[in-house]
Amino acid sequence: MKTLVLVEHDNSEMKDATLAVVTAASQLGEVHALVAGSGCASVGEQAAKVAGVSTVHVADDASLANQLAENVAPLVASLMESHDAFLAPATTTGKNIAPRVAALLDVMQISDILSVESEDTFTRPIYAGNAIATVKSSDAKKVITVRGTAFDKAAAEGGSASIEGVTGAGESGLSSFVSEEIAKSERPELTSAKIIVSGGRALGSSEKFEEVITPLADKLGAGIGASRAAVDAGYVPNDYQVGQTGKIVAPEVYIAIGISGAIQHLAGMKDSKTIVAINKDEDAPIFQIADIGLVADLFNAVPELTEKV
Amino acid sequence: MKILVPVKRVIDYNVKPRVKSDGSGVDLANVKMSMNPFDEISVEEAIRLKEAGKAEEIVAVSVGPQKAQETLRTALAMGADRAILVQTDDEVEPLGVAKILAKIVEEEAPKLVITGKQAIDDDSNQTGQMLAALLGWGQGTFANTVSVDGDSVEVKREIDGGLQTVKLNLPAVVTTDLRLNEPRYASLPNIMKAKKKPLDEKTPADYGVDISPRLTTTNVSEPPVRQAGEKVEDVDALVAKLKAVGAI
Ligand SMILES: Cc1cc2nc3c(=O)[nH]c(=O)nc-3n(C[C@H](O)[C@H](O)[C@H](O)COP(=O)(O)OP(=O)(O)OC[C@H]3O[C@@H](n4cnc5c(N)ncnc54)[C@H](O)[C@@H]3O)c2cc1C
Ligand SMILES: Nc1ncnc2c1ncn2[C@@H]1O[C@H](COP(=O)(O)O)[C@@H](O)[C@H]1O
Repeated sequence: MKTLVLVEHDNSEMKDATLAVVTAASQLGEVHALVAGSGCASVGEQAAKVAGVSTVHVADDASLANQLAENVAPLVASLMESHDAFLAPATTTGKNIAPRVAALLDVMQISDILSVESEDTFTRPIYAGNAIATVKSSDAKKVITVRGTAFDKAAAEGGSASIEGVTGAGESGLSSFVSEEIAKSERPELTSAKIIVSGGRALGSSEKFEEVITPLADKLGAGIGASRAAVDAGYVPNDYQVGQTGKIVAPEVYIAIGISGAIQHLAGMKDSKTIVAINKDEDAPIFQIADIGLVADLFNAVPELTEKV
Repeated sequence: MKILVPVKRVIDYNVKPRVKSDGSGVDLANVKMSMNPFDEISVEEAIRLKEAGKAEEIVAVSVGPQKAQETLRTALAMGADRAILVQTDDEVEPLGVAKILAKIVEEEAPKLVITGKQAIDDDSNQTGQMLAALLGWGQGTFANTVSVDGDSVEVKREIDGGLQTVKLNLPAVVTTDLRLNEPRYASLPNIMKAKKKPLDEKTPADYGVDISPRLTTTNVSEPPVRQAGEKVEDVDALVAKLKAVGAI
């Protein structure tokens, strides 16, 4: 089977999310990668070094600069004439593009796979991860998004794939890019952080969130996450949200502070290696899955913890 | 302009789903069902566009069992003008739903379709994007802000690194994210009024599209359960524990 992996990137750097997808693809067969962007030659070179990738297709065109789904999907669909499976990371980029590809190919996408059981059979979470479905696809071509936490990352170095230029379909004329607000941060990205400190509604304000959560995260070199309630209330930006409909994370240590543990939140973090919960309500559901629980007022406990770690 | 809003009847988000012991699926017998929360946000957004004078008519559509009528009545009570139920007891996959919706779009000619980003039962996150592809329309997924201006719509999207704004020519498909708005509750008088609003009943056969499933679910199992660990007395004990497990 010949697979095509969508490389996640920002035109200069390949994102880590790509590596888990390569691992999933290599369980299906030969791995080709697609870099669709503008001025993205260096990404093509990075992708060519990933262990297990045999060919990198680079589509370098102004119409692909912002990876609008309307422009990328037809390109992928045409490349799929010579590939059997398309795999994208289950990131907002992959989730935006892959279903559009699937519909163009008249294929039912398999979202967010956790494992490859065989060439046509996969497992995936449903109902906020409260059930795991095994699904078998009867489509001739497969379109798949891959949950990053479920697959080991392929080695970023060691491969030597050939690089081939491909041309896209150009501007669709349906949509255009206007602007982007991307926060630059020195902090580890949520999906690759080893430790995550996550805050909930109990923080009460963005000032308190910053005052209580940030110093602990700084001390631990941790990423910062949040519950939906904290995001909705504006304590932190939307891309901090961990959960069923936010980011899925599985760090070594996840510290949930003032988070009750709704199923939608648990869906995004329950595969973390060690879960720590600090909550003043001893019956909070988060304690049912926490390895280490501390029943305490966070405004006392967290500053003390920051001091002592 | 007319806005089409697809709404799905799903397990209520407050219910903890239970896997059936024979591995055939999730037990939905006697479980509270509601409108998919993202679809409430879609309905609300459509109503706000109508209230702002940017839309004239809102049509809610659901593909599902007879009971999905209730979901459509909820949309009508919130403020949709009429509804279409495409009645089927079979499970229709996102691709099939998108194909039916594409046919309805042909008939209704809306300028905007607003779907949820994700149904909280299948967690697919596909239908809106597939519909946009089938129609050859632009797509504004994971919308945080939607502004319609003449022949185009600007959509601020929630993406992994932050926010991205795109401009789409109308007609277009928008999929809603959590921060787009806070859906209203239907008032009692509006619930009463909704009973009189038109609700058309159709079947998938009326649209002549092939919706036979492409995926077969061979098993549904429970994820590994996580056991609760232990509670510690104080911060010192917490620090000791964290050190013991090598966390710090
Ligand atoms: C469609 C849909 C999708 C959703 N997606 C997500 C998602 O992806 N991620 C997500 O997180 N949620 C999601 N939710 C929301 C989810 O259902 C919960 O509402 C949310 O997770 C609650 O956030 P919280 O735990 O911060 O707030 P709460 O549930 O209000 O919990 C606050 C906790 O803080 C504790 N507390 C209060 N004061 C203190 C103090 N001083 N010290 C210590 N503890 C204190 C309380 O005991 C309580 O347990 C979604 C909901 C819907 C409907
Ligand atoms: N059976 C259905 N009837 C109506 N709308 C649906 C149906 N299935 C999915 N949708 C719409 O598509 C969105 C995304 O669903 P999904 O792709 O299944 O995650 C939902 O929020 C609905 O707006």
